[in-house]
Amino acid sequence: MTNTLRRRLDGRLVGTFLIDQRAFVALIIIVAVFGLMSGSYLTTTNLIIMSKHVAYNAILALGMLLVILTAGIDLSIGATMCLTGIIAGVLLQGLNLSLWDITAYPQVWAVIAISLAVGTAVGFLNGLLVTRFNVAPFIATLGTMYMARGTALIISNGATFSRLAGSPELGNTGFLLIGSSAPLGIPTVIWVMVVFAIVIWVLTARTPFGRWLYATGGNERAAGLSGVPVFRVKRWVYMVSGLFAGAVGLCMVSELTSVNGDLGTSYEMNAIAAVVIGGASLAGGRGSVKGTLVGAFVIGFLTDGLVNVKVSSFWQIFIKGLVIVLAVMLDQAQEKLKNRRAATAAAASAKSYAAPPALPPGARPGETTNPGESPHEETHNQL
Amino acid sequence: MSGDVILAARAVTKVYGGTHALRGVDFDVHAGKVTALIGENGAGKSTLMKILAGVEKATTGSILLDGQPVAFASPADAVAHGVAIIHQELSLCPNLSIGDNIFLARETVKGIFVDRQEQRRHVEALLARLEEPISPTTLVGNLRLGQQQLVEIARALSQDTRVLIMDEPTSALSAAEVSVLFRVIRELTRDGVSIIYISHHLDECLELADYAVVLRDGSVVAESPMADIDMGWIVRHMIGREQSELFSELAGVPGAPVLEIRGLSVTDPENPSRVVVDDVSLTVHAGEVVGVYGLMGAGRTELLETIAGRNKAFAGSVWLAGGRIDKLSIGDRIKAGLALAPEDRQRDGLVPTLSVARNMTLSALKRITQHGLVSHRTERGLVAEEIAETRVKTESPAAPIGSLSGGNQQKVVLGKAILTKPKALVLDEPTRGIDVGAKADIFALMAAQARGGAAVLFATSELAEVQHASDRIIVMSRGRITAEFDPATVTQEAILAASDTDQGEHR
Repeated sequence: MTNTLRRRLDGRLVGTFLIDQRAFVALIIIVAVFGLMSGSYLTTTNLIIMSKHVAYNAILALGMLLVILTAGIDLSIGATMCLTGIIAGVLLQGLNLSLWDITAYPQVWAVIAISLAVGTAVGFLNGLLVTRFNVAPFIATLGTMYMARGTALIISNGATFSRLAGSPELGNTGFLLIGSSAPLGIPTVIWVMVVFAIVIWVLTARTPFGRWLYATGGNERAAGLSGVPVFRVKRWVYMVSGLFAGAVGLCMVSELTSVNGDLGTSYEMNAIAAVVIGGASLAGGRGSVKGTLVGAFVIGFLTDGLVNVKVSSFWQIFIKGLVIVLAVMLDQAQEKLKNRRAATAAAASAKSYAAPPALPPGARPGETTNPGESPHEETHNQL
Repeated sequence: MSGDVILAARAVTKVYGGTHALRGVDFDVHAGKVTALIGENGAGKSTLMKILAGVEKATTGSILLDGQPVAFASPADAVAHGVAIIHQELSLCPNLSIGDNIFLARETVKGIFVDRQEQRRHVEALLARLEEPISPTTLVGNLRLGQQQLVEIARALSQDTRVLIMDEPTSALSAAEVSVLFRVIRELTRDGVSIIYISHHLDECLELADYAVVLRDGSVVAESPMADIDMGWIVRHMIGREQSELFSELAGVPGAPVLEIRGLSVTDPENPSRVVVDDVSLTVHAGEVVGVYGLMGAGRTELLETIAGRNKAFAGSVWLAGGRIDKLSIGDRIKAGLALAPEDRQRDGLVPTLSVARNMTLSALKRITQHGLVSHRTERGLVAEEIAETRVKTESPAAPIGSLSGGNQQKVVLGKAILTKPKALVLDEPTRGIDVGAKADIFALMAAQARGGAAVLFATSELAEVQHASDRIIVMSRGRITAEFDPATVTQEAILAASDTDQGEHR
């Protein structure tokens, strides 16, 4: 009998592990399948190229993760990417200040700083709308998405900026290095992803701010009553999300060596998908940096793998959607399982308390007292 | 029982999460009679009624209608069987008219259209019966609370009801409206309708009911025809158990004033024209436990939440250890030394997605932070101490908070407050809906905090608690402090009387 029990237990442990680590398992399956189907898939060059694709989405997803942890959503990041890219383009091609009749050519570091500041400003606006003006995150960031995209188009007037190299006389060369350099053979954007991931991991896992994040998303009222500055937390996460979108915008513009008003369209969707595949809950309070990174890799390696084995692009879109739906279905199943376990534990702990109350003083004969026994047993199974 | 039982519950049990709301309840409703269901908050009255009315399903046990087992699939199904409920929490749509609300989901139709004229005639007749001459087309949102309650009652009357459950129907009614309601109830019973009547106002039960059933901690502890009993019998059975085992010794030597409330007035956040706390002043000293007693809607929760910083007062001030705190954020108040354990632990006290340990340290993260990072080792140590102090029974500190029983969850809420090392500890209904053992632990914790020099202020709607767990009793009614008692000398009747001042007075 003990053997049967052990076997059942082991089976369950393996099952639990597979469900808990499902995104990672999916990633391994993806790598294995495409590696077998295509000889070029698992080459170092291809892995680096794919990781570069993943990095853009992963950085966006890290910002999105913070927002989603507070039970919010940030739809504006694709447009923010574009806006920061356009700002950088304008500054690098020379900002014409008609008032003084001069054209300014800021240094590259200043271009980067200003562009990132613009991205952060969009995030600040999101945070302000969500907290101060109590606009639902979906609507607030939908609005700023259009505003940021509109601003980018107004500034560029629909044109493409492609003279981004700068010139030595003006002292503003070097912007394109972001996209073309590869310290230790690894493209800069991957390094950016690694650094940001470490920062966000420390932030979420080790700092009081991280606790505030999870508490705010888990139960905003309780967090507020526990002294968590809920509004400040929310303002910060949207600012970080905007900052990260700006960083991705700059990296991408530098790599593409040109920018127009279409940059980053619908990138927010890929970021949301990565966060969700990584096990985060859109209801807030649940999600991790590790999961989000794995989610980004699942999407990136899947997409590139499908390209690699020449699946039609229409089918690629369909399969991506299918993977997202499956991921969320598995997630729901796991949550149900976890809740059921918690409820069973709670019922068991209540049972240990449940002694029938004593007969009240002065109770008369004929008065009923608590039968207080058996029914508890069945309830465990139902929960 | 005899053949006049129309609706009965047999061995009904209900478990929520880890809490047993009902433990094998037998309950009879006599045809054409009023049965008063009496018990303290959390005794399981509302749960039992929700089960009888098909709102919730019993975990085990059965419901008999005319002696036949029934299983109501929904409230609508129960209504179809003649069992209707008037909820304690109003369940009306404020954006619809009185008439539309009354006929919601069972509209009178002519072809595919709503027969508005017929509905209007019907509703006017109902309102006339309740002596409330309002136009049926008035939006429910524009009515005051008492009138909304009457609409709720009118809706129940409009259904062909054999058993009508009234859960605190008078909590928002004026004295005049209550007497109309009583007349209607008597007419209904004359027509053979059975009434289950739930109220905190024991005098109403005495006046109206034919039978009394007392629930305590989810069990029926006593039942009797009303003719054989009196107020003392009800109170005795409501409170029950040996009090010595439940309550802890208090220090009883108050020190310097710690928490001072001066002329505090607060409006209802949802309805800014209603004053819920009206010019309240009180002082709690170091080492003292002050109990605030009041019925539902007396303003206890609003008072405590304003002290803690959830609500804004429009007048008055709050002082903690000599410093004014009513302009501070909740976080700054906690830093200043004020901690709140809120009434509704699910909604306001706990974060369901966090573990036991992380819920506990949420207010006191500063204590476990070193160089900007949370020290997991310090946290583990602190949590282990607090789990031992509060006697939380948990598998591990890392267990999800949902895996704990209600009483243990409440101890975590309390532990969270205690970890902030409060100078003043404010607790709202700290024992609501938890079992006896946990109650005793919580009173012991409160007493220990007071002995340690904290000022403890707690609100309750249970007489025994306020009488035995406090050094001083403050009674609130309709937002005001109506009396202050020494628990050693006061009687429960006197507390009850002070808590139930004339209902219509302030309208």
